[in-house]
Amino acid sequence: MKFLCIPCDEVMKFADRDLPGDGTITALFTCGACGRDMAMLANPMETQLVSSLGIEIGGRTVPEQPFQQTRSKLESPKDDAFVEATAGDASIDAAVNPAEAPAARLSVTWSDEANDRLTNVPKFVRGMVKRIYTDYAQEKGIPLITPDVMDRARTDLGLEGM
Amino acid sequence: MSDTTTDAGAPMQEGAKAREVRGYADVSGPTESKMVEQIGSQVARLKARLADVGAVVVIASGKGGVGKSAVTANLAVALVARGARVGAVDADLNGPSLGRMLGLLGSRLEDRPDGIVPARGPSGVLGISTELLIEEGAPLKWKGPDSDKFVWQGVTEAVTLREFMSDVVWGELDYLLIDIPPGTDKIGRFLDLVSEPDQVLLVTIPSEVASSVVSRSATQLKEAGVACMGVVGNMSGYAQPGGGDLLPLFTGPDISDVAESAGLELWAEIPFDPAFGTLTDQGAPPGSDGDSAAARAFAALAERVEQGPGGRESQR
Repeated sequence: MKFLCIPCDEVMKFADRDLPGDGTITALFTCGACGRDMAMLANPMETQLVSSLGIEIGGRTVPEQPFQQTRSKLESPKDDAFVEATAGDASIDAAVNPAEAPAARLSVTWSDEANDRLTNVPKFVRGMVKRIYTDYAQEKGIPLITPDVMDRARTDLGLEGM
Repeated sequence: MSDTTTDAGAPMQEGAKAREVRGYADVSGPTESKMVEQIGSQVARLKARLADVGAVVVIASGKGGVGKSAVTANLAVALVARGARVGAVDADLNGPSLGRMLGLLGSRLEDRPDGIVPARGPSGVLGISTELLIEEGAPLKWKGPDSDKFVWQGVTEAVTLREFMSDVVWGELDYLLIDIPPGTDKIGRFLDLVSEPDQVLLVTIPSEVASSVVSRSATQLKEAGVACMGVVGNMSGYAQPGGGDLLPLFTGPDISDVAESAGLELWAEIPFDPAFGTLTDQGAPPGSDGDSAAARAFAALAERVEQGPGGRESQR
């Protein structure tokens, strides 16, 4: 899908997306030549169709997590279907990708308040959500995850509902 | 997104040009929506995961109730008994039973950054099934708008099937068996994901209806370019508990005639053995274990798969 600014004959650049919470999505595109903005508004069915493909309009802000689409879409998930890896994430990364030294990744801890908030996330997706926040903190160089950091990550990554 | 309209709001006529606007193919560069790139990335992940699999073996039919899952479970166990490393995907998302048959129920899946670790049954077969993900007895339902479900539900299920293969840490496998649900459309959906499975087993029973559907499935697979297919005749007769000759179960066509008319080889004829069926339902499929006619049939089928494309004996 491409958006063309007709007066400028320029491909418009993806600028932002918004999930208003009603099942719809708004994607903003801007013309680099004239600065004109355009909003693509998708209804719930169209949004669902795109979401069902496991993709995000404008590109991914965080890597796709294992079973991401399946976990986020099941209506009656088994609460204890998944168990988090027993070893720390960093050590598993190192085992899978020996080239990626654990020292290269920032050690991130969770505040008690952040852990409390995480308990509101269904168990079925909790491990996946925790990893997304951890990756965000590591990328931003944040050693302690607090509810404020979680709020910031939600805004930055468009993770409504997490 | 609304229907295409002109500035005046009237629908554009097909082929009409409202303005001189470049078409999609005329505009160079990647898509800003990044949809194509993300699909490409998913496909690449699937290919990378399957690169460590010796052979993808599809068990299909087109017709329901012919015993595909039981054949898959017992073939998996028979292959493990020969020393093969075997994984199994229950592609029947809406009517799963392979997880139960492989003894996987109750397993919890380890969630790792590099993927989901599959469940391991008592026989050593690795597996994944929606049975492990949804509450016992709950039907498979997806979150989403109730209206126009038919538009997005098929896509959702195709992506789940893709995740079952690409997001599972299968490790190095000799065989990944895929238990395809009934419906020739489901075979096509799978071929959209894995265009060239190494082997396809078309399971049928000696009935006119089932055999007719198998012929259609064989034609569909041939048209899709699948080279290696064989017919597995399930419930080819009734194996009496005390032994002796097989008794007829169906009055339909001979399985070998079905295979011949479909232009395929007959790879196995598996009798219905009540004890075998009970063990399979209980999560302990015997596979090739024992001296029953069914066990001998699965031993022969496993050997045939090992000799087929991608099989361990074909590489020696």
